[in-house]
Amino acid sequence: MPTEAPLRAPLFQALASETRSSRRVTLSFNGEPLSVPAGISVAAALLLSGIERFRATPVSESPRAPYCMMGVCFECLVTIDGVPNRQSCLIDVAEGMQVRSQEGARDLPFDMPVVATLEVQP
Amino acid sequence: MTAESVDVVVVGAGPAGMAGASELAGLGMSVVLLDEQGSPGGQIYRGITLAPLSRRDLLGPDYAHGNVLAKALADTSVRHVKEAAVWQVSRDHQVSYLHGGRMHTLQARAVLLATGAMERPFPIPGWTLPGVMTAGAAQILLKSAGAAPTEPVVLAGCGPLLYLLGWQYLRAGVPIKALVDTTHRDDYWRARRHLVSALRAWPYLRKGLQLMRSLRQARIPHFTGATALAVEGSDSAQALSFSVQGKTERIATRCVLLHQGVVPNIQFSQSLRATHAWDPHQLCFSPLQDSWGELDVPGVFVAGDGGGIGGAQAAALQGRLAALGIAARLGTLGAPQRDRRGVGLRQELNDNLRIRPFLDVLYRPRDEHRIPADEVIVCRCEEVTAGQLREFVALGCAGPNQAKSFGRCGMGPCQGRLCGLTVTEVIADARAVPAGEVGYYRIRPPIKPITLGELAGD
Repeated sequence: MPTEAPLRAPLFQALASETRSSRRVTLSFNGEPLSVPAGISVAAALLLSGIERFRATPVSESPRAPYCMMGVCFECLVTIDGVPNRQSCLIDVAEGMQVRSQEGARDLPFDMPVVATLEVQP
Repeated sequence: MTAESVDVVVVGAGPAGMAGASELAGLGMSVVLLDEQGSPGGQIYRGITLAPLSRRDLLGPDYAHGNVLAKALADTSVRHVKEAAVWQVSRDHQVSYLHGGRMHTLQARAVLLATGAMERPFPIPGWTLPGVMTAGAAQILLKSAGAAPTEPVVLAGCGPLLYLLGWQYLRAGVPIKALVDTTHRDDYWRARRHLVSALRAWPYLRKGLQLMRSLRQARIPHFTGATALAVEGSDSAQALSFSVQGKTERIATRCVLLHQGVVPNIQFSQSLRATHAWDPHQLCFSPLQDSWGELDVPGVFVAGDGGGIGGAQAAALQGRLAALGIAARLGTLGAPQRDRRGVGLRQELNDNLRIRPFLDVLYRPRDEHRIPADEVIVCRCEEVTAGQLREFVALGCAGPNQAKSFGRCGMGPCQGRLCGLTVTEVIADARAVPAGEVGYYRIRPPIKPITLGELAGD
């Protein structure tokens, strides 16, 4: 059994009955172009493209990927078109979208002034 | 900010929200229905109006039923705002949401919360690894993208959704490596005293039995009474290990789908400071409500699984009952009219709910999979383990809110959604007090993440 091969087959694929729908869009993930079906979420598109690691946690930098696919777990956070912390399971793919994984804690000061996220205070 | 006025704002376009909004509009009220998705259906009927016929057929008749509600909704005057992220509902019925990158505020006379359910956290070793997902997540991939695992998958846990997904995968020709069922023979024994009531909800029971039979006939390896579930792997899932009757099993797989029931999504009712009570049967918090779904926040109603788990059909009925309650509160209907119209709905609702006590006992998640061992991560965002939580308790931490200041537990981006119940139960267990006494996180808006720029209207 292959274990930690660097490039692996996608964990998910479109069912054979689905492949007729032909419209596709192109987005990029960490700079790599990906052709994906239109009308699906960014998270679904990345999973279909064989992306297993969506981000690394700020605390221990462990790899994470979508867990709930319905906006609850926030594990699928990625940077989309320069805006960090987007829930990729809730956003549909669009032509030319630039998606980047979020690795570990953010460096401060970060260079985009409009991205401060409100957080719940204790 | 000036707010547009409307009679009722409904939050969530699942069965409760669609049925409730339609009923309200039918009673002559102006209704805005806000939902996060691009099409109606909620999670249970996700993508119902967009799914190709082949997919709808594969998912089964219960899913297809969602289209009846969606079509009915489309024929009403309800303004359905799609892709709207509601981040605040106030006690005086102001509803703020983000739509198309802009802030909007509505001033309603009443609010119907139909925010549904989420899957119960399943904290076991390795549950944060890529390749581990909930069964619901996998089902959403099937509903919304027609996607399924490429390799033989392991389904683990218990509850109707897990078996339904198995049945759907069978129909789709997706290979299932094993069904690792945490339901024990004793659970059937305990559930039997609710069987008479469950038999009165025979259609549910029959459907469940048919599901289980198809899984058996497909000769999927089915382990029952599994305990000590753990996912193995360093950077991604490699195997699921578990124990059956003292014997340790290990099944290699890259894809583990976990499920142990669903629980109410109470973010809004909590943020409104409505009173919530611990439900000892469903092992979750749900908001206190009257028979029309009104919370102890006047004019705020709840319908569907967000008020306690009842399933999709019950949710639609509760949506309609709440609509009647709202109509009476706003003076559109007199109380006698409301009561008269509600009789049939309430009868049907009660019939629907008869299956619940049986399901709640039969598929009660095991203590060890809700109150995990020390090394297991509880708060996935901030990576706080059950052992750390127990240390906090030893230092005097009495509840979930103190756990935040002790170690950032529940303070990551998910705002405690995914660890809330586990934190409550771990603390209650460590303190040896009931979960209701420990309470829940104090939830504050924004319920959805928004940027300061968006808030400022940039």
